[in-house]
Amino acid sequence: MTARILDIPVWEVVKKIANQEISSEDYISETLERIQKIDPKINAYITVIKEASLDKALELDKQIRQGKTVGRLAGLPIAIKDSICVKNIKNTCGSRMLENFVAPYNATVADKIIREDGIIIGKTNLDEFAMGTSTEHSFFGATRNPWDSSKVPGGSSGGSAASIASFEAALALGSDTGGSIRSPASFCSVVGLKPTYGAVSRYGLVSYSNSLEQIGPIARDVRSTAILMDCINGYDIRDSTSKNTVPQRFADIFKNTVKNLKIGVPNEFFGEGVQKEVHKSIWNVIHKIEKLGFHYEKTTLPMVKYALPAYYIIAMSEASSNLARYDGLRYGFNVPKNNLNWNTTFSKNRRNGFGDEVRQRIMLGTYTLSAGYFDQYYLKAQKIRTLIKQDFDRAFKKFDILVVPSMPILPFTLGEKLNDPLSLYMCDINTVPANLAGIPSISIPCGLSSGLPIGVQIMAPPFREDLLFKAGYLFEENVTIDKSVGEFTNV
Amino acid sequence: MKAPKHPISEKEVSHLAELARLELSGKDVTEMRLHLNKILDYFKMIDEVDTEGISPTYHVFDLVNVLRDDTPHSPESKDLLENVPKKKGRYIKAPRMI
Repeated sequence: MTARILDIPVWEVVKKIANQEISSEDYISETLERIQKIDPKINAYITVIKEASLDKALELDKQIRQGKTVGRLAGLPIAIKDSICVKNIKNTCGSRMLENFVAPYNATVADKIIREDGIIIGKTNLDEFAMGTSTEHSFFGATRNPWDSSKVPGGSSGGSAASIASFEAALALGSDTGGSIRSPASFCSVVGLKPTYGAVSRYGLVSYSNSLEQIGPIARDVRSTAILMDCINGYDIRDSTSKNTVPQRFADIFKNTVKNLKIGVPNEFFGEGVQKEVHKSIWNVIHKIEKLGFHYEKTTLPMVKYALPAYYIIAMSEASSNLARYDGLRYGFNVPKNNLNWNTTFSKNRRNGFGDEVRQRIMLGTYTLSAGYFDQYYLKAQKIRTLIKQDFDRAFKKFDILVVPSMPILPFTLGEKLNDPLSLYMCDINTVPANLAGIPSISIPCGLSSGLPIGVQIMAPPFREDLLFKAGYLFEENVTIDKSVGEFTNV
Repeated sequence: MKAPKHPISEKEVSHLAELARLELSGKDVTEMRLHLNKILDYFKMIDEVDTEGISPTYHVFDLVNVLRDDTPHSPESKDLLENVPKKKGRYIKAPRMI
């Protein structure tokens, strides 16, 4: 077998493994070789699980040969963001604080992947505690964009998206608090879905901003993304914020192509911060879809203008509370000195265990939640969130989906924005509204400009991931992307 | 009342650091103040919005008091203790309180 098996769409690979056209052993071996060869240049992984993955592949191949029924992800190498717990594997969150932390249990999503015979091949790099848009804020070094290794891959799930774009995994999981799946999906030209809040269990996801974040799938095409979403969604008694509804099923939704779609294009997502190359690429794909007979209409969501500051106030407030648990006592970074008192020990552990960006967000969140400022910042932001949600509710009375750019700009050079946090925050301007409203949103590759990827973002009403997949598939079918121009995007 | 352009002083940064249990050096405080004020200035943008009579959305669903049976099913205490940096037998060693 040659490396070409990695090039077969994953939704086909899973069938080919099940009917013995491809062995899981070959597929896993090729993937591990690929990781060994190129990951030193990309740094998508913090931990690679070699022997156990190969053992599992051999065992599955045997079961398949014996005619046993295997799961829906049987034999596929799956990368998981290093903020989602996998039992007995390190879960660092990209932080010195958790450099040596070994997860004592599985996240629900990890359990589900294992139950469906997916093979967890490694844990991927991220901005420390998922706080960032570029995967530069990791204690384990930055991840690089497989299209051009001088550029950032987006973030915070940059390792997961880069592993998919560079064929270092078949499927991946990320988490998205304000764009952390869609940003790297867009920058790495892969598909990334942020599910409806409450659609996927967050049990075992290390919490950053619990009212905003969701775990979601990343893959090279829409159908493969749907396969993973099919397996991970559904109510979980261990996550009190997961929605107690019948799990969504996506396996059969591609049988019929979508005929009618009322498409809204909201102006606020095409503001002055959006680069002209991005504008051009998004409108290009909208016009292609229009030619197929789908009508679009421009619309407006006026309150979205305030989404970014409202998002950061809420996220930082929740972060300051969620990260209070890291004292270095029960787990985590601990200064070697023994003769210090309670407060000094914790303050030193936290000073040295957390990186700059995390410290800054904890400080801001502490401020926005403190007496005297609570109403002015936190409460006000939550009220604006209500207004933003109402804007979306109104829009979805008229439209099935909303189409906008995922990222306002092209992937930028490593280090370019590191000294200006605000300019990094601005990159999230088009992704945070979906988190505030709790609605599902997907990023689909829609073109290249000077060899750098651009993604189109589609948003739908709550629990209408089916619409995102159907519309996403339609967009995908009408876009051609030349993978040969990327540095590590060809096998 | 008009808010000052730079809401946080160095003294306040030090106080916040104490509340958040983050040891900051003098240099850290100066740098942190600069960054925080820049971001807080940006946050001021939300003052433009009239939110009179609007209820806050703490959560996108109206979930109240989600309950489940209180059945213990914790991981092995052995696994949990593996991650403890300083311990004595089965006990976690903590710094002195006073």
